Amino acid sequence: MSDDTDLLLRSILTDVLGLKQNQASDFDADTGLFGHLPELDSMAVAGLLTELEDRLGIVIEDDEIDGEMLETYGGLLAFAKAKRAAQ
Amino acid sequence: MNPVSWPCPAPAGDTAGEYAIAFDQGRPIRLLVIPALFDEANRLRRLAVEVMRRLDQAGIDSFLPDFPGTNESLQPLEGLEPVDWHRAMAAAARHFAATHTFAMRGGCLFAPAGLPSLHYAPIDGAAVLRPLMRARVLTAREAGREETRESLAARAEQEGIELAGYRLSARFFQNLRTLQPAAAAVTIAQESIGGGGLWRGAEPGDDPAQAEALARTVAQALA
Repeated sequence: MSDDTDLLLRSILTDVLGLKQNQASDFDADTGLFGHLPELDSMAVAGLLTELEDRLGIVIEDDEIDGEMLETYGGLLAFAKAKRAAQ
Repeated sequence: MNPVSWPCPAPAGDTAGEYAIAFDQGRPIRLLVIPALFDEANRLRRLAVEVMRRLDQAGIDSFLPDFPGTNESLQPLEGLEPVDWHRAMAAAARHFAATHTFAMRGGCLFAPAGLPSLHYAPIDGAAVLRPLMRARVLTAREAGREETRESLAARAEQEGIELAGYRLSARFFQNLRTLQPAAAAVTIAQESIGGGGLWRGAEPGDDPAQAEALARTVAQALA
């Protein structure tokens, strides 16, 4: 099975952050998220996590949310892939 | 489009004036539009009104009331519980002589019984609370306090809770989390509208294509 997590994650970020089409295609592993994007306050992060749960079919516990996972695109992608693999 | 006032039953048994946005030309189809809840209401407000503008063009009257305790309402939210919101939407439906209901997201939980209802991307009460509780946990963590959704829920059941600036009573919290949208309604899924749901955006957005698609879907369902 091919892994579409990367594609889905870019699409979710585009919706949540109101990015222009293709803007998220330029994200690389080091692109900064939480703390770098002013739109991403705690209400928006909560919405983002809920959207990840709904669209990736995963459940995210409070204690899994840490700075590292949200700091960069690469960190969030690694987290999402690991969660999906564990389902 | 006009702002109008309507008599809303208050918990003490009297009535309180609440506001609604109305497109009213006394036409045969009169749609009660029930907004999304809490922070989602802000992000979907423009979509709701843009859909109403298009329905007006299509010959359909519509009314968008405030939930008591939110928006311009003078009632204190913490003195209310979900049954008051049920009564409020039923009273709004009667006052505006609504023939149908169009409810958005968590607003679907409060669609009055007895009217044909369209539900846009409905969610249950637990799903309304989930991102709000999570935002509260994240905010606390940034402030150096450790809270969990479980401990918050346990306390909210006893004392009530403030979520995203909304002060909910213990009874509001207890009763909201078990509410389910009515099964009889016609569901409009976001996939049929296209694009990402505007309720999830970090900031309120505008999407004329979604407003157009949603208005067309609603108008077709009412025809």
